[in-house]
Amino acid sequence: MGMAILTAVAIITALALAAGLVLSLASRRLPGDPDLIIEEVNALLPQTQCAQCGYPGCRPYAEAVATGKAAINLCPPGGEDTVNRLAALLGRDSQELAAPGGAPVVAMIDESICIGCTHCRTACPVDAITGGHQFIHTVIQSECTGCELCIAPCPVDCISMVTA
Amino acid sequence: MRTLHRTLPGRLHLDGDSMSAPAATNDLGDLHGGLQLPANKTTSTSIGIQSIPAPHQLVMPIQQHVGEPAQPIVGVGEHVLKGQLVADADGILSAPIHASSSGTVVAIEPWPVSRRYGENAPCIVIECDGDDRPVKVSADLLPFNSLKPDDLLKKILQGGIVGLGGAVFPTGQKLMQAMTMPLEYLILNGVECEPYISCDDLLMREQAVKVLGGAQVLMHALKLPTCYVVIESDKPEAIAAISEAMTVLNDHRFVLKQVPAIYPSGGEDQLVQLVTGLEVPSGQLPTDVGCVVHNVGTAAAVYRWICEGEPLISRVTTVTGPGVRSPKNVNVRLGTTIADAVAFAGGYNDGASQLIVGGPMCGKSVTTDHMPIVKATNCILVLTEIHSQTASQACIRCGECATVCPIQLLPQQLYWYARADNESKLRWYGLTDCIECGCCDLVCPSNIPLTEEFRKAKARIQELEDEKARAERARLRFESRNERLKNVLSAREKELRVQKDTALSKGLDAIVEILKRKQANDEKDVD
Repeated sequence: MGMAILTAVAIITALALAAGLVLSLASRRLPGDPDLIIEEVNALLPQTQCAQCGYPGCRPYAEAVATGKAAINLCPPGGEDTVNRLAALLGRDSQELAAPGGAPVVAMIDESICIGCTHCRTACPVDAITGGHQFIHTVIQSECTGCELCIAPCPVDCISMVTA
Repeated sequence: MRTLHRTLPGRLHLDGDSMSAPAATNDLGDLHGGLQLPANKTTSTSIGIQSIPAPHQLVMPIQQHVGEPAQPIVGVGEHVLKGQLVADADGILSAPIHASSSGTVVAIEPWPVSRRYGENAPCIVIECDGDDRPVKVSADLLPFNSLKPDDLLKKILQGGIVGLGGAVFPTGQKLMQAMTMPLEYLILNGVECEPYISCDDLLMREQAVKVLGGAQVLMHALKLPTCYVVIESDKPEAIAAISEAMTVLNDHRFVLKQVPAIYPSGGEDQLVQLVTGLEVPSGQLPTDVGCVVHNVGTAAAVYRWICEGEPLISRVTTVTGPGVRSPKNVNVRLGTTIADAVAFAGGYNDGASQLIVGGPMCGKSVTTDHMPIVKATNCILVLTEIHSQTASQACIRCGECATVCPIQLLPQQLYWYARADNESKLRWYGLTDCIECGCCDLVCPSNIPLTEEFRKAKARIQELEDEKARAERARLRFESRNERLKNVLSAREKELRVQKDTALSKGLDAIVEILKRKQANDEKDVD
């Protein structure tokens, strides 16, 4: 009789321990909700929307990283810190940055040259350039992410990057 | 200050044996840790407060408070009077600046200031004319209790009054925040626990009626029924003066509380805990537990502004330390340079070697005395020996730092994670609650500069937070732009579809007609 109780207790305990072990391993090793991972990766990116990684914005890159299609070292504005944080989040090895990032910069329009063509305004991913057609444009410096996407479309080369 | 280490008489716990502590009111709450430090105050309290005459030049930083800098409203060359508004509050959290003597504005330029971070800051420089002519005080100085609390707050905002205990938080905004909360007590902070500093002590001794008068104004503004005036029991003169003033005013709302002299019981949250037994929760304010704390100096400044019409243009500052010839408390105009104040206190001793703005525990070591005394400057300390920085050794995890920490943090763990730059662990272990009192530094047998590490780590965390906020804003802007572009595109598609449908419904002839018209248009364009 006493033996039976002990056996029952032992079996239940063993089952509980085994289940606990499996659950804890699963929660650590198995990938979670893919959307959640994309959000978490996206939260670590600097949101400059500069497309230097080859993807059209930070979220597309986050998707590519989360699904394993892209390397984690393609974000120059994020720098080494971002690579390390991504490595820690995704359980991958940290890598050297593919292309080195510089100091943070913002765009500045030389207003004596600007012809008001609106090309840069259209190119800006965060709507940080303002100005009507054939009026001088200007950069809202507090919102500029320094992505440099406005430089190429400018027909008169009046945009330069200055240290923030 | 590591030099204090050797003379440290030993630790004293409130909840344990308070044997050597002088008699204190016994209905006090518990405060964890803390240290009983050598006070070093008697040299500066032997004579009364003396006023420094107006200097030749005043340097008035436009930011002497927490928040946004004030905006200068005077130009170079303009003549200003004593008490005239020279820079107005700008933004949600800000305080105006008034000229502390009459003269001519000669420059608005960067000047060295004693801020914790950063070196130079924009200042309004005034060449004094020596007349010290004040602006006319408006004759309609109404008694404060005839004003509505809202109007009183507006008036206090205009006086440029900020917390003079060291935090320099604009008083008006503090009161506005407090008004929205259910409150029970006004606590008047006369606990000046940091060694060497004695300006509040002297102020209470000499201007007790003004201090309590200011408290009455604050109580009226907040409709508070009780005011605790808290003073350390090692200040018998101040206690006597305040008691006498209470008798004179015959105001039963005042309650005098004595607390033992333990550093850092003068910290805002610590004082609330000590007096009421309520702990201010992490990340919250004393108002969340029904208390609002003001320094005695702030109360006196409120009195001078509301009842006498003088804005905050001067303060009492302790000029002391072994490196000063005759240490004393001075009533000094804001904008007077440290050099002028030290000269007034007899000048430097031969051995003077280190200049500290603030006290030995929380003060900042500065390299020039050509910086102005501002609203925050409660003490100028001149030391004679540069404390030899003994090389710090490895942490032996003795736990002394945790025993003295008034916030009950675990400095040894924080140090560990600060060195590893582990942001999430630092938050988990409550780094943001650290008040940088320096107690852990003092007791560390390995001489580890813990507080310095914590300051740096806090700055890094702040940086990260700013960066995250920036990234978040950029993300939102990017997403709303994409949304907008998508909407524009779908609207265009819809339009095209409608055109196509119309054309189809009208038949082949109509399409041919349209094409012809288009061709004609194109040819016209080419021409």
